[in-house]
Amino acid sequence: MTGLEAHVEVPGRLQVDLSAAHGEVVAVIGPNGAGKSTLLAALAGLVPQRGSVSVDGRPWNDPPLDVRDRGVGLVFQDQRLFPHLSALANVAFGPRSHGVPRAEAERRAQAWLDRFGIRDLAGRRPATLSGGQAQRVAIARALALDPVLLLLDEPFASLDVGVATGLRIELARHLDAFDGITVLVTHDAIDALTLADRVVVLDAGRVAQIGTPLEVAGRPRTEHVARLVGLNVLREGERFVAFSPSVVTVSLTEPHGSARHRWPGVIAHAAPHGGSVRLLVTGAHDLLADVTPASTTELRLTPGREVWLSVKESSVETYSASVGS
Amino acid sequence: MTIEPLLPDSRTRERRSDSAAGARLGRPPLLLVIPAVLASALLVVPLVSLVLDTPWSGLRSQLASSSVRQALWLTLLVSLCTVAACVVLGTPLAWLLGRVMFPGRALLRALVLVPLVLPPVVAGVALITALGRTGLVGRWLYEWWGVTIPYTTVAVVISHTFVALPFYVLSVQGALESVGDRFDVVAAGLGADRWTTFRRVTMPLALPGVLAGAALAWARSLGEFGATITFAGNYPGTTQTMPSKIYTALQSDPGAARILSMILLVLSIGVLVGLRSRWLART
Repeated sequence: MTGLEAHVEVPGRLQVDLSAAHGEVVAVIGPNGAGKSTLLAALAGLVPQRGSVSVDGRPWNDPPLDVRDRGVGLVFQDQRLFPHLSALANVAFGPRSHGVPRAEAERRAQAWLDRFGIRDLAGRRPATLSGGQAQRVAIARALALDPVLLLLDEPFASLDVGVATGLRIELARHLDAFDGITVLVTHDAIDALTLADRVVVLDAGRVAQIGTPLEVAGRPRTEHVARLVGLNVLREGERFVAFSPSVVTVSLTEPHGSARHRWPGVIAHAAPHGGSVRLLVTGAHDLLADVTPASTTELRLTPGREVWLSVKESSVETYSASVGS
Repeated sequence: MTIEPLLPDSRTRERRSDSAAGARLGRPPLLLVIPAVLASALLVVPLVSLVLDTPWSGLRSQLASSSVRQALWLTLLVSLCTVAACVVLGTPLAWLLGRVMFPGRALLRALVLVPLVLPPVVAGVALITALGRTGLVGRWLYEWWGVTIPYTTVAVVISHTFVALPFYVLSVQGALESVGDRFDVVAAGLGADRWTTFRRVTMPLALPGVLAGAALAWARSLGEFGATITFAGNYPGTTQTMPSKIYTALQSDPGAARILSMILLVLSIGVLVGLRSRWLART
């Protein structure tokens, strides 16, 4: 048995089955409060949990294994570099705590800083590093232990968009070379699509969907993921119906004709979106519709206005709602 | 979303002050200004009058007096021993109270603070009942090893440590709590055991609290009088520290008492200012 086999149960918060192979990157997405970070904390041994976690056939919670004995690499959104230690000493901290002599630990740490292209920052204190530099040091610190399990908690969330993009590409390269198991918590669809081999969608402490990034993005099963990837998703009986906001027709009266999918609603919000205007229409469902600026003016589509939305059958994708199909 | 909700977070909050705010917010009300001026006067006037009233011409002869030198030396020795005892005993206690969950922790936290509000004379009496020759613990010390603690220099250090320790523990505990355990968690994640974490992470981050606590303990020791004279007496050379010497001198030679008070004042302010400027340079 190689890889991660976890049945994580934190009473009242989380009940999740998760397995992952060596070299695999699993992204965990879901709305705030879905239990993403609780899942990471449970895998790291930072919160008590029932259930079972085993890595490469070795049980981690029977009896519970201390976080220090699990060999996990933790990367936090706010980096948490030791403020009183240099970048080099931060990265060398893990090896030194495992009994590696100082000189050897620092040599290894220096090698990691080299790999992240931040050789020159070795002597700097964290307070003098930029967000992107500090997060590189933090990831190097986690990888320097050669962890069997790398846990990343929203590693790009505190960074500027441009910095995050650069680091995301860099991280993808390091994760390719990493033969441990990676679990990445994120709220950004781009992270899941670019870094992950598999995406786990959490909702209210349960797994709502598991699949490849393309499957999850193309056929979302939760409102949250639908919004992340910019799709409308409705549940109709035992089926999901998904369609892009760009295929929605907006009219002021009930449409007649071939459109089988039609909903009345009230415009709640209107904002520019690329070259068009994106409307959020609330009614029986919350739906997104993209309209041209011209029709926005013509139909006076402002918040508070009652409208009808319709979609042609040929423009929607339908798929079964039962999990596992 | 982060792991944060599960871990107490106490990043030091940024303090912002706007120097122009005073001008914008209008004139400070007299209801606040007058008491503030009175408070300042209460604190400053006695010190100024002490300086004015000190017969400086006697300084040289006082400093030459062997009993003054003895008291001065003893005060320095005892205050340094007290700081050392606070650091060695108080740091682990503060860590235990701030980082480890155990039954009775809340009670112990409260008990540790009692000496803060205890009148020093009562502290002295309490120490006699514990460590006196017939005391709860002192009895065994005497019977087994023939050791008597009261009225010795050791008794002075013990009584000073008794009154200074709560200040030290409170300061370090506050520093530990403001740092929080977020970095302890990181260290554990990197494989550090608790001792390594304490040594390499917790203590360095709490260092400002340790230094402030040490300064408080030192200042408290320098001025200790009530518990000392009760538990250790007032014997020149062994238990007579500067405050006891000043008290004795005041009854026979008020001028000498003023000079000795000035010496103590200059000494304590000098050392505190010196330490403070060093810390400010560090940070």
